[in-house]
Amino acid sequence: MSNSKPVLSSSIGRKLIMSLTGIFLCTFLIVHLIGNLQLFKDDAGYAFNNYAYLMTHFAPIKVVSYLLYASIIIHAIYALVLTLKNRAARPIAYAQNGGKANSKWNSRNMGILGTVILVFLATHMNNFWWKYHNDQTPYIEYSKDLATGVVTSKEISASEFHDYQVTVVNNVEVTKARDLYKQVDFAFQNIGLVIFYVIAMIALAFHLIHGFQSAFQSLGFAHKKYVPLIKGLSVWLFGVIIPIGFALMPLYFYFVK
Amino acid sequence: MAQHMNLTLKVWRQKNDKTKGQFVTIQANNIADDMSFLEMLDIVNEDLTRKGEDPVYFDHDCREGICGMCSLVINGRPHGPKYGITTCQLHMRSFHDGQTIVIEPWRAAAFPVLKDLAVDRTAFDRIQQAGGYVNVNTGGVPDANTIAIPKRIADEAFESATCIGCGACVAACKNASAMLFVSAKISQFALLPQGQTERYERAQAMVDQMDAEGFGNCTNTGACEAECPKGIKLTNIARMNREYLTAKFFREEDVHVQS
Repeated sequence: MSNSKPVLSSSIGRKLIMSLTGIFLCTFLIVHLIGNLQLFKDDAGYAFNNYAYLMTHFAPIKVVSYLLYASIIIHAIYALVLTLKNRAARPIAYAQNGGKANSKWNSRNMGILGTVILVFLATHMNNFWWKYHNDQTPYIEYSKDLATGVVTSKEISASEFHDYQVTVVNNVEVTKARDLYKQVDFAFQNIGLVIFYVIAMIALAFHLIHGFQSAFQSLGFAHKKYVPLIKGLSVWLFGVIIPIGFALMPLYFYFVK
Repeated sequence: MAQHMNLTLKVWRQKNDKTKGQFVTIQANNIADDMSFLEMLDIVNEDLTRKGEDPVYFDHDCREGICGMCSLVINGRPHGPKYGITTCQLHMRSFHDGQTIVIEPWRAAAFPVLKDLAVDRTAFDRIQQAGGYVNVNTGGVPDANTIAIPKRIADEAFESATCIGCGACVAACKNASAMLFVSAKISQFALLPQGQTERYERAQAMVDQMDAEGFGNCTNTGACEAECPKGIKLTNIARMNREYLTAKFFREEDVHVQS
């Protein structure tokens, strides 16, 4: 028993990276879903657009968002590296494979599910993140009567917008904002995109039903009382509530709005 | 009275680890359903020998399900279609007349084929030699039970120690990962007081050797646990991860003693 190899080049070290980035991405999903529930408010996007400004301009959240981008990239790259190493560990495949007798389909196809999610992320970022950051969204002006709380809105042009600003004149709060809400509404009028989002959320559900509890196993977590709790969270929170919550957004804009 | 059946075997034949293998179709006729799977192969080999052909190589030893020598992936399942048994404990009544049975060796880069269905599992021996042992003082034999061990811990260690090192976990894993085997070997010592001396060095040394042998990486599918003839649990892998990560992040000084 001599000196040991560095942790991150070991199999368990790589699992640790997958596990930690995966859990971090899972926690992001909770925040992302709760924040985006504001899309369901019938206020012409007043709450949602203000929230979008906060999420893109508040320094601590920006730091977390860079961690998030890094996590996605690291998670995907490590997945690729591990998949290649795992392929190399079995150069000749079985002629007949009885995988379904001993393991669940999603646990054996995390790479395929993950690829669907990665393609989805590219589409999703392009639709909203890119457009929001590159002045490709419409602009809106809200007038909120501070006495009554009534909010009225009107679309404004780029020349009227200048920058996000909130001013209070005569007890009326005027907010000029990028109208990401309108962009969401516009994007989800495309039935193809709506179907793709729903499929991606199904992939996400199956990815996380295995992934979330698997991450804790990789961390070495084994406890009679708490492992069932984690498995419950895997299925009900990350496999049901979160994907359905997200899938309802495109469906809501397509069918209801 | 035993029922008799005729079977079509698709057997992997490979001269040695340097040559390419292929499937060869062999008829197995008049097989009694009371025979074990290995007895069926014995009959097939007798026929082949009489015909002057090379018999099919396969590993076996005790034929009582305890030595871990027999292997074979039968119709895509390590140790065949049943759970919790080795190939030698599989009987032909699990098959039916006219069935085609595909027989393959354990497939893993770390388990090169020696011949036909026999693979070289010395990678497991090298992992054991890297740290799967305990220090024992020389001198008089100590009295039994002088070290008190809670029954719960003793049972848990015993469960891990029931691993026979057959390699079905590697064969079943889509990634050809050996983590169930290695974790069982690490666990049995990590749990017991006698194993504490080398506890954290062991976890690191055995994981290093496992990686060096070219086994894949665990993705927690649970296939190993399902196919293990001895019912070794996935909680062993969690324990190995814990032992290894604890060693790396909290017990690093233990490995600086020697350089």
